Amino acid sequence: MASLSVEKLTKRFGASLAVDDLDLSVREGELVALLGPSGCGKTTTLRMVAGFLPPTSGRVLFDKEDVTNLPAHKRSTGMVFQSYALFPHMTAAQNVGFGLEMRRLGAAERNAKIEEVLKLVRLSHLAGRLPRELSGGQQQRVALARALVINPKLFLLDEPLSNLDAKLRAEVRIEIRALQQRLGLTTLLVTHDREEALTMADRLVVMEGGRVRQIGSPRELYDEPQDAFVADFVGRCNILAGRREDGGRFRTESGLVLPVDTASNERNNATAFALRPERISISPGTSGDIHGPVEAVTYLGPQTEYHVRVGKEIFVVVRQTPGANEPLASVRPQDLVSLQWEPKAPRLVPQTSSTGRSS
Amino acid sequence: MDVCDGTAVLGSRSDADVRRGRLSHHLRAGPDDRRDQFLRQQIVSFPPTALTLHWYNNAWEKPEFLRGLITSLQVALLAACIGVPIGTAAALAIVRSDFPGRNAISALLLAPLAVPGVVAGSGLYMFYVLAENVLDRDIKATTQGLVAAHVLLTIPWTVRLVVASLQGLDRAAEEAAANLGANPFTVFRRITLPMMRPGIVAAAMFSFIQSFENLDLSLLLVGPGRITLPVAMLNYLEFRIDPTLAAVATVQILIVGILMVVTDRFVKLSRVV
Repeated sequence: MASLSVEKLTKRFGASLAVDDLDLSVREGELVALLGPSGCGKTTTLRMVAGFLPPTSGRVLFDKEDVTNLPAHKRSTGMVFQSYALFPHMTAAQNVGFGLEMRRLGAAERNAKIEEVLKLVRLSHLAGRLPRELSGGQQQRVALARALVINPKLFLLDEPLSNLDAKLRAEVRIEIRALQQRLGLTTLLVTHDREEALTMADRLVVMEGGRVRQIGSPRELYDEPQDAFVADFVGRCNILAGRREDGGRFRTESGLVLPVDTASNERNNATAFALRPERISISPGTSGDIHGPVEAVTYLGPQTEYHVRVGKEIFVVVRQTPGANEPLASVRPQDLVSLQWEPKAPRLVPQTSSTGRSS
Repeated sequence: MDVCDGTAVLGSRSDADVRRGRLSHHLRAGPDDRRDQFLRQQIVSFPPTALTLHWYNNAWEKPEFLRGLITSLQVALLAACIGVPIGTAAALAIVRSDFPGRNAISALLLAPLAVPGVVAGSGLYMFYVLAENVLDRDIKATTQGLVAAHVLLTIPWTVRLVVASLQGLDRAAEEAAANLGANPFTVFRRITLPMMRPGIVAAAMFSFIQSFENLDLSLLLVGPGRITLPVAMLNYLEFRIDPTLAAVATVQILIVGILMVVTDRFVKLSRVV
């Protein structure tokens, strides 16, 4: 395993800038996720690391070795593709063995390694099947085994779970993460799924428009987003535009005044108030300063989601579903409720920023 | 082949039919009643009135058909063997590379589909005459000349089928191979070519059939002793209509049919065409 450094990486397609001056590092054994909406440059970055795309400028280093001009087949990375990209005319075992064959391993050693890795992904019994005879989840595991068996310097995952159904996705997510930690794989994961990124990554890189918005641990990004984009992309968030006022208050553009403790988490040129839905508590009646009618109540099983109108703003509140006897259980649309939060819970952040860089 | 309702229909016939039937006999064979009886079996009719293998035997005994069949098989095989690699290479260039005039070349390669065979045939005939004058050697009545013309038939089919199979091909599989350490040549040999196989096999089959069944392009280009089966059939038809021709056509259909069934075992044709 190696570490990965990306320095001032830029990719230009004609007039458009797909990746703009990107700096990034993945330590040995670490899983870093590139998270962003489609077109943010995350896949382009991964493809430049794999060697499928030449960068316009900048460098890619494995450990201290500059591989920027090395063709893909000499980089020794193991990639799992979104479509799995299995070779349709080869059996699962032949797919897995292909990389070993390219490394000129003898048949005996090759077969031993194939067997070992297929056992690791629990597919030994299906070694002789063609890809089209395997289910989506099984194909995914063949792709995983094929990338792992060559003992790559770097493990690259391109939206590896997006073709699986929701239940399977949650299982495979945990499986891949466990495998990655057990084998100490230096991994770069590309995803647009925030849940996937939050659950799997040691560190997260939120990208937008070819640039890094913020880098940090999942917790840091969730609790301390640097701007409204990150706040919104990493999880659901009530984001209200407005400006800070003296005395621990924030006035929204619609004139609503909200309590906030600005001391610790205030950022320069903050023009947005960001508050996670689960940080708001809700109680029936109009006892609090902030209250209004319920617009909608959505039952989600363990949680219940309330949409509450306060002035011209709508607040989304997510609470643990109340027991049948609690007063909150009887709240219906049009009922009046009060909202409350810790003054330190909201973040004041710039609406958007082009300076949202940190490491 | 032609279904000619002559006198073979039994039972209730309208007078008009009788008259028309008789008229055709008068034209062909004269009014003799014994001849009429004889003609019943000699004219292709449907539904058949009797079963016999006599006409297959008859066809077998006519050397022009057997020679035609062998010539046709030779020409079709050669044309497919030459045309398919050329068409495949062209398809790869069209799909995989980006060069100026790519669309024009793609249109040009498909153009033979739009030109009537007789027109292309006479054009080639004149071209061959000119080329013969310049090169001072025979072209127009030779097997080489005929094969060259048939290669033209096979290229558009190959280009179409292989382009279609290339466009549906998952490029990620090639990237995966490179990622696993395969150099570009190995990627092509081990991954791209096998994935293109259904398209190429289908192209080879269609090329063969196109050439094997071609009449119009070949008409002016065949020479004595090198007459293809369809041309031999047309020549025979100029003098006679009897079930010998139907027997030959049946053999022709069987060959094409067997070819399609065999191909279908290797590649599901419905997935390529």
